[in-house]
Amino acid sequence: MSVPPVSSTASSPATTAVTQPMVTLAAPSRLKTWMPWLVSAAILLLLPIRLNSGTALTVMSLMGIAIIFSLSYNLLLGQTGMMSFGHAVYYGLGAYFVVHAINALIAAKVGMPLPLLPLVGGFAGLAFALIFGWVSTKRSGTAFAMISLGLAELVGSSSLILRTFFGGEEGVSTNRTQLGKLLDVNFGPQIQVYYLIAGWCLLSALAMFALTKTPLGRMCNAVRENPERAQFIGYNPQIVRYIAFCISGFFAGVAGGLAAINFELANANLFSAANSGNVLLATFIGGVGSFSGPIIGAILVSYLQIMLSDFTEVWQLYFGLMFIAVVMFAPGGIAGLLQMHRPMWKAGVLGQVVPSYLAAIIPSAMILAGLALIVEMTVHLCVKHNEGGVMKMFGFAFNPATLPPWGVALALIAVGVGIFRFVSPMMSDAWDTARTRAREKGVVI
Amino acid sequence: MAELVLISTLNGINFGLLLFLMASGLTLIFSMMGVLNFAHASFYMLGAFIGYQISRWAGFWPALIIAPILVGCIGALVERFGLRNVHKNGHVAELLFTFGLAFVMEEVVQIIWGKSPVDFRVPPVLDFSAFTVFATNYPAYKLFMLTVSILIFAGLFLMLTKSRIGLIVQAALTHPHMVAHLGHNVPLIFMMVFGVGAALAGIAGVIAGPALVTQASMAALLGPILFVVVVVGGLGSLQGALIASLLIGLVQTFAISSNFSLSDLFAGSGFSPAPKTILGDLWRVTIAQVAPIIPYMMLMLVLILKPTGLLGNRDS
Repeated sequence: MSVPPVSSTASSPATTAVTQPMVTLAAPSRLKTWMPWLVSAAILLLLPIRLNSGTALTVMSLMGIAIIFSLSYNLLLGQTGMMSFGHAVYYGLGAYFVVHAINALIAAKVGMPLPLLPLVGGFAGLAFALIFGWVSTKRSGTAFAMISLGLAELVGSSSLILRTFFGGEEGVSTNRTQLGKLLDVNFGPQIQVYYLIAGWCLLSALAMFALTKTPLGRMCNAVRENPERAQFIGYNPQIVRYIAFCISGFFAGVAGGLAAINFELANANLFSAANSGNVLLATFIGGVGSFSGPIIGAILVSYLQIMLSDFTEVWQLYFGLMFIAVVMFAPGGIAGLLQMHRPMWKAGVLGQVVPSYLAAIIPSAMILAGLALIVEMTVHLCVKHNEGGVMKMFGFAFNPATLPPWGVALALIAVGVGIFRFVSPMMSDAWDTARTRAREKGVVI
Repeated sequence: MAELVLISTLNGINFGLLLFLMASGLTLIFSMMGVLNFAHASFYMLGAFIGYQISRWAGFWPALIIAPILVGCIGALVERFGLRNVHKNGHVAELLFTFGLAFVMEEVVQIIWGKSPVDFRVPPVLDFSAFTVFATNYPAYKLFMLTVSILIFAGLFLMLTKSRIGLIVQAALTHPHMVAHLGHNVPLIFMMVFGVGAALAGIAGVIAGPALVTQASMAALLGPILFVVVVVGGLGSLQGALIASLLIGLVQTFAISSNFSLSDLFAGSGFSPAPKTILGDLWRVTIAQVAPIIPYMMLMLVLILKPTGLLGNRDS
């Protein structure tokens, strides 16, 4: 298909193929294409050897589910430019259909291998995306976002009315081990579920990555960038959005199905605004501009959710602040920040910016510590006033009802900002020099 | 029956006008800046909590004045130091920023005032029943809410159509660059409109706080309905927002007070599906039980019939 060259990488193999024999080009490029996937597969396969505790396996299983969910969300937000506040609908419906499918199979005594069941979730997600997408993709941009929010509320509230299917407040539970064995594997232990999730995670990621390379994937990008031009070259943006929406619904359903298998439960919480919000947060923090962004975001956010909640009660506040910081200062997310450094890495001049970064760590840590101190002291005064006056933080014990700790916090922030102002010209200088060097060495920026 | 209709109509208009207090600010901000403020319902929540706090220190009447001003100032600061910096990254970034803000505001309110509802009471002066219809006492506070909403609506209408500031705002809605060339400070107008919009939501919070429940989840409860209002009315249309507010207010109030279900409708037919089936659930569910989803069903219906909303003519 002849699409106007959106990116230079898409057209380069074709042009080089004219001048060079195809054979010599194909072999290394194929290896280069498959290398990240082979490495990922190896990592997924070998991780449980080192991290074999129960907690680690649970966390990694959740991360795998989150990765599929975030990648499916990025098909909308990153690839097609549609922001949804209700992606949990397809995730939740996928989970419910898988739970009901397992229960029905057990009741009918029909043997079906458990690894195939996430497909049920996927098709459930797809079916509802076909219905809801037909209405919501008529609009784009802000209106689409609002409609997705309304749909999420509609499904969430309906789940409490249709009690027979959704099981009311307590939800519907199942038992994955009753489904019969597949080669002596009954999916009782978490390690077996982990491998099931890891396998689906790899497959789904591969499928979604391949999708971005197809003409359809390119048309999604075109609709994101400029729907009018996409229309001029003969594509209906509404239909492109609809197709992207349906595929995204399918993979969200797969993720939900895996979650249902993992927890052996589906309840109305799956449809909550928090669930829809979390996938948006994770995807955006990771970075919507590249394929790896949502993966980074899903891993980081799942990790933070589990680990941060051990340290502080108000982890969601830090989480929200982190999100706002990313929106304001790094709209490309973590993947975007990494990508900025890629030309310098290629030119071998990355080392020149590192010292200035190290210098910036100290004032940044001071500012963050000061802010965290203020937040935690406020929490102690407002929420935990019945636990006595003394609180502990950073290894010190102090009374937040007195002035000195507040003075320390404000001083930390003030001094931190002062040093940062001094360091930031150094950073931008080092950045500019490194970029110039990279350009001189012939790396395209 | 006549009693039910009268009371439900009054309550419906009351709720509808409350929705419009918020939807008007939201619509003005959207028309002017092209950004749908996801945190708008959070300003309503903030209004209720700040109003509660001030009413404990100084009484309800100072709270009614001071709390909206404070919320308006917070709104203006958010626009000046947050939204304006994000503007260069496009509308998606702006929407995401307000989404993050709503998230953070709910957390902050939970830290300061706790997760359980606070005891925000109707002021003693208004704590009596205004009139009695048949056997129902109608509280004076609800009439007060109605009066405040109508006064603000009238004030807003007059200010937008008759005053000089209103004319500049109206001009900036459609031709921001032209207005800037004429020497007006458009960023300042944006900041003020955002502040006023937040203050309107703040007023709605203060007057709704004692009547409804003042708790941290009130933003999450009302926010989605608010967005339904602006989408159903047509994004960017004030008249549309008014019609949709009243429509949703009335429909939802009537639905809550109706105990009718499909099984009543077909009571004479003798058909009755088994209880533990999906059809059985649908058969026995009363209109009052589906009241929460009626606005969203209306949203679907309107979008299928007229994708731009009732009075909207612009595609976001």
